[in-house]
Amino acid sequence: MKELARRAFLANALVVTFALSRSALAQGSGTKLPQSLAKTPELDAWIRVGADGTITVFTGKAELGQGIRTALTQVAAHELAVLPKQIDLVTADTARTPDEGVTAGSHSMQDSGTAILNAAANVRALLAEAAAWQFAIAPGQVEMRDGAAHAPDGRQIGYGELAASLSLEVAVRLDMPRRQGGKSVIGQDLPRLDIPAKVSGGEAYVQDMRLPGMLHARVVRGPSDGTKVKAADVAAVEKMPGVVKIVRDGGFMAVIADHEWRAVKALHRLQASGWERTEPPIAAADLRETIHRLPAQDMPIFDYPGPASPADARSIRVRYSRPHLMHGSIGPSCAMALWENDGMTVWTHSQGVYPLRKALAELLKLDLEKVRCIHVEGSGCYGHNGADDVAADAALAARAVPGKPVRLQWMREQEHGWEPLGSAMVVEMAAELDGNKVASWRHDVWSNTHSTRPTTAGGLLAGREVDPPFVPPKPKPIPMPEGGGARNGNPIYALPNAHGVFHFVEQMPVRVSALRGLGAQMNVFAIESFMDELALATDTDPVAFRLAWLKDERAREAVQRAANRFDWRRRGDGGDGSGTGFAFARYKNLASYCAVAMEVRVDRDSGEIHVPRVVAAVDSGEAVNPDGIRNQIEGGIVQSLSWTTREAVGFDKTHRTSFDWSGYPILRFPSVPGRIDVEVIDRPNQPFLGAGEAAQGPASAALANAVAHALGRRLRDMPLSPERVKAALRPVPVVTKQAAG
Amino acid sequence: MTRGGALAVGILLVCAAGVAAAVALAWHPEIDRITPPAPGSFDRYFVAEGEDLAKLGNCAGCHTNDPSEPLAGGRALDTPFGKVFATNITPHPDDGIGAWSGEAFERAMRRGIARDGTQLYPAFPYDHFTHATDHQIEALYAWLMTRRPIAGRAPETRLAGIYGFRPVVAAWNALYLNEGPLPADASRSSQWNRGRVLAEGLGHCGGCHTPRNRFGAEDIARAYNGAWTEGWYAPPLNAHSPAVRPWTPDELFAYLHTGLAPHHAAAAGPMAGVTRALAQVPDEDVRAIAVYIASLMADAPASKHDQPQPVDRLDVAQQQHPDAAALYAGACATCHDPGAPMMQLGRPVLSWGTPLHEDNPHDTVRIIMQGLTPPGGASGPTMPAYADMLSDQQVQDLAAYLRTRFTDKPAWSNVPAAVAEARK
Amino acid sequence: MIKLTVNGRAHQVDVDPDTPLLYVLRNDLELNAAKFGCGLGQCGACTVLLDDKPVFSCLVPVATLGERKVRTLEGLPKTLPAAFEAEQAAQCGYCIAGMIVRAQALLERNARPTEEEVRSHMAPNLCRCGTHMRILRAVRRAAEAMGGGVRDVAEQK
Repeated sequence: MKELARRAFLANALVVTFALSRSALAQGSGTKLPQSLAKTPELDAWIRVGADGTITVFTGKAELGQGIRTALTQVAAHELAVLPKQIDLVTADTARTPDEGVTAGSHSMQDSGTAILNAAANVRALLAEAAAWQFAIAPGQVEMRDGAAHAPDGRQIGYGELAASLSLEVAVRLDMPRRQGGKSVIGQDLPRLDIPAKVSGGEAYVQDMRLPGMLHARVVRGPSDGTKVKAADVAAVEKMPGVVKIVRDGGFMAVIADHEWRAVKALHRLQASGWERTEPPIAAADLRETIHRLPAQDMPIFDYPGPASPADARSIRVRYSRPHLMHGSIGPSCAMALWENDGMTVWTHSQGVYPLRKALAELLKLDLEKVRCIHVEGSGCYGHNGADDVAADAALAARAVPGKPVRLQWMREQEHGWEPLGSAMVVEMAAELDGNKVASWRHDVWSNTHSTRPTTAGGLLAGREVDPPFVPPKPKPIPMPEGGGARNGNPIYALPNAHGVFHFVEQMPVRVSALRGLGAQMNVFAIESFMDELALATDTDPVAFRLAWLKDERAREAVQRAANRFDWRRRGDGGDGSGTGFAFARYKNLASYCAVAMEVRVDRDSGEIHVPRVVAAVDSGEAVNPDGIRNQIEGGIVQSLSWTTREAVGFDKTHRTSFDWSGYPILRFPSVPGRIDVEVIDRPNQPFLGAGEAAQGPASAALANAVAHALGRRLRDMPLSPERVKAALRPVPVVTKQAAG
Repeated sequence: MTRGGALAVGILLVCAAGVAAAVALAWHPEIDRITPPAPGSFDRYFVAEGEDLAKLGNCAGCHTNDPSEPLAGGRALDTPFGKVFATNITPHPDDGIGAWSGEAFERAMRRGIARDGTQLYPAFPYDHFTHATDHQIEALYAWLMTRRPIAGRAPETRLAGIYGFRPVVAAWNALYLNEGPLPADASRSSQWNRGRVLAEGLGHCGGCHTPRNRFGAEDIARAYNGAWTEGWYAPPLNAHSPAVRPWTPDELFAYLHTGLAPHHAAAAGPMAGVTRALAQVPDEDVRAIAVYIASLMADAPASKHDQPQPVDRLDVAQQQHPDAAALYAGACATCHDPGAPMMQLGRPVLSWGTPLHEDNPHDTVRIIMQGLTPPGGASGPTMPAYADMLSDQQVQDLAAYLRTRFTDKPAWSNVPAAVAEARK
Repeated sequence: MIKLTVNGRAHQVDVDPDTPLLYVLRNDLELNAAKFGCGLGQCGACTVLLDDKPVFSCLVPVATLGERKVRTLEGLPKTLPAAFEAEQAAQCGYCIAGMIVRAQALLERNARPTEEEVRSHMAPNLCRCGTHMRILRAVRRAAEAMGGGVRDVAEQK
């Protein structure tokens, strides 16, 4: 009774207190709860305080190597007024954490960060209230610090003791004051919490997990999507030493062995008799033209009014494109699964444990509660790679050996062959110039879908192989303002008479899904290359040209900071193989602002592009961990340079010819830039903005612009490989070449 | 004059005449320096043609030592007579050929004489380049003169003994230089003739594939019988070809143009560099070479009797080389086994590759130890280098195992020596 | 039973003789650092030192080791790991153990490499996240901590 009365009193006190509070508002848009909180408004779903004072924070997001574990810990530590090491952050687990969908789209800080910020502010306020009551002082006099509430006269009570006296099973409130004063851990370059294990051989990845009685498995498939093995010699392989079981369900096959190498040997034996194609032939070695010509659904992206162009306006039309690109995760996907007590537990590096759980439940014909998906780090995924499929493969294998954990590891060639690719895309740009001013602007983009993330069994490879097979869902475009193929198709520049159409191509010649940036990389490449082409046509400096059309103040500042830091004013004339280029975008026109300036040197004999220097400026709102942002931008620049100068998945009629690194080379040390210098523009108290994908588009466009400056000719089709650079430099004779001899 | 006196004078005159003749043969005038021509003065299409020809002749293969300084020379060629250093052929006016007129360049290409009259050693294969057409030489000149001038001279070539005296090369030229373009063979197609000009001329295939006599000249009587170069064996390209699958024009074209022959193997050793260069040469030129070289092998055993059935004497090899069998299973099978990814995608089986069928293990041993690495991160057949992973004994065992398992030929006798040489 | 020496300790493992070292390290000796990245000798995630030379452990069958000494990240001095941590030289971090081992081999052989030599030495190891700049800085930092340093080309000429 006394307990209840006390709680009731607290609740009333809270109402009074909140009415009296002042200070800055917690992040969030007015009275509407941000997404993650709207779905899971209970405080104790996000934060629990143990009796011993340990604080557990729950996030539905996952650490992908982007530093989110550390950044979210910082947010929570700051708002709760504790040290980061006092926080235990639990990430994506369908049994323990809120459902925050997929860790993607650079949403982690915006969604989970905001949710945790609010929840922590709420919890701190409740703890402060409880302390005030116990101290018998006004709440405003309580100082929250280092995991304890402090009274002015020196008394203190630990959070553990305070927590025992209240319940966090209350809904979050948005109008909680943010913590003021005290040492802030937000904005500090807190060393990443996951790195120590990674540099010392600690257990850091799902690939490192070992469970008692664990067995090793490999899935058996053809070389790439649209193929299958034929006539596998199952009988002979079953007799191989160490082979525990060969799991078959319709076309799905996996081999389980007592030792990993034995599983590999068995796999090779099962694949030895060859394979065949199950889908229609692939149309071409490079599929961008194919996608450009397939039937498309026209979806307007933007329509900005403006007067019609004068009759004597100059018209410029160009086309940009990119091939299919691979995620190319350095560690092929892996999962651990255990079928026990009629329930399936899967340890997975999937970006979305909740949607995966749903798909697995359907695949295994289980109730949702019987499936648990726990996120454990894998290697960088950069989007939808093999993580979900291997989870399904592991689950099906585990079901065949109840009580025994099964570790199923994809082979390198399986990751290369089966991961969903980033779609090839074509963009046609057109503009009219009235004197030196842009009078009209047109952007048309063709692409397959940029998401086939599985939410149903039909979205999993195994789901289409089992008998009876599940039907893959129809691919759908992601609506704006996020967008898939249309992402960043609407220019941030205030251009008149501007129109954009996304031509959504439903038919997928090969398997595709989300790759870092989605359509933004191509659209920004096109827009920023085109801005340069227009600048050239109007004899204007490219940075000045952009600033003339850029109204957003934060965008302008990012552009100016990058240009100044690069010393853009003193760029050379280009044309002799050395050049400089600039590009800018605000990711999704919603997330981080990123400006990139780049210096290149093109070797005309080999066609190789050397990048001595890159400078970037990034505005991610309030910078929780500035070094984490720098790391992501640096990495995004290097990865984008690899895409833009080297990468293209190759095909022949029956399969992907890029089956390993020899067929899909990526940037190696000798070719990475000389220097990359990233300036983080901090915006205290501004909403967190995702930075993980912000550099992909600007870096690729800055490169193309720098190469155009260096060579006096423009390349519009990625990759700007040595072969393409040389082909662009090569004069094409009008008359036929004289025969040699 | 006495009889003895007359004889003495006669001998003297003959000697003098001999010396005069020798001098006449060996002495060459200097051709005047020119001001390096402006790169813009050359027709762009001509320069592009010259580039194709430079790839075909693989100038960079010898004349580039440091990839960041292309054509600047400095690379040493090991010859039986000592090290010959390839010179700087960038258009640098003092250290390169920037002051060479087109005439000087042609003289060097056809007769091996530098601008200043110095005789070049035929390690520079002018005995092949002499067969280039005028047009080709002019196009090459245009390309070379539009490259980046780089300062720096190659080290002086100093050969031992009499070979250090360059004018003796004049005698060599007299015996072995068959100067000028080759006459066409009317009985053959124009494609064949074109291939012959390219292969015998700028392509200088015989430079590696034809054995040489003791004076270092190609033994024309045994043309394309196979020869050694820098530790690698360039196999015969004639009726003595040990290949077990035929080298058809299509097969040769794939090999030369992509570095991978579907029914033989990937290009390794010096041929890796050659095929990388040929990948940049127009298709029709490579095809012409393929037609020509294939014709030379028309009487090779494989051309008459294709042996497509892969040899895989797994059990015999396991029995004779049990340690190597385990080594193979863990170190090689991951890529080379039938169920392995590259084999699933149609790469050739080991028993079809020529190295295992050669009389010597040297190529096999070198491939194992050095692997295949496309340069600068390009796409292409890739194999790791096993030199640090295997001991000498292990390489020997593995080579012997491969020979036993994938061929039905007798065991090699000189494997330890081959490994020791490759380690150097 | 197969004998092998890893990080100075002798082990005996009961595995097929053709089992590549990588799987023995991870599964039988429970050492996490060397990783499976490709199993084909193309990415370097499995790099270990074999008699001081960096090799792909995914391609070295344990039966061929003999008396040769294997060193993994777990057995190396802490200088390089500390430098990587100080530089926060990791994004997903999967390639990092291999990077550290490969760098160790270089610095043991050459305490004052040039920047170009470092890049060229590290080339067999792939990083997909684009952490290269930090990895190079970490190697530089470690070289300095070991009494040497990384020379820039300008310094050299």
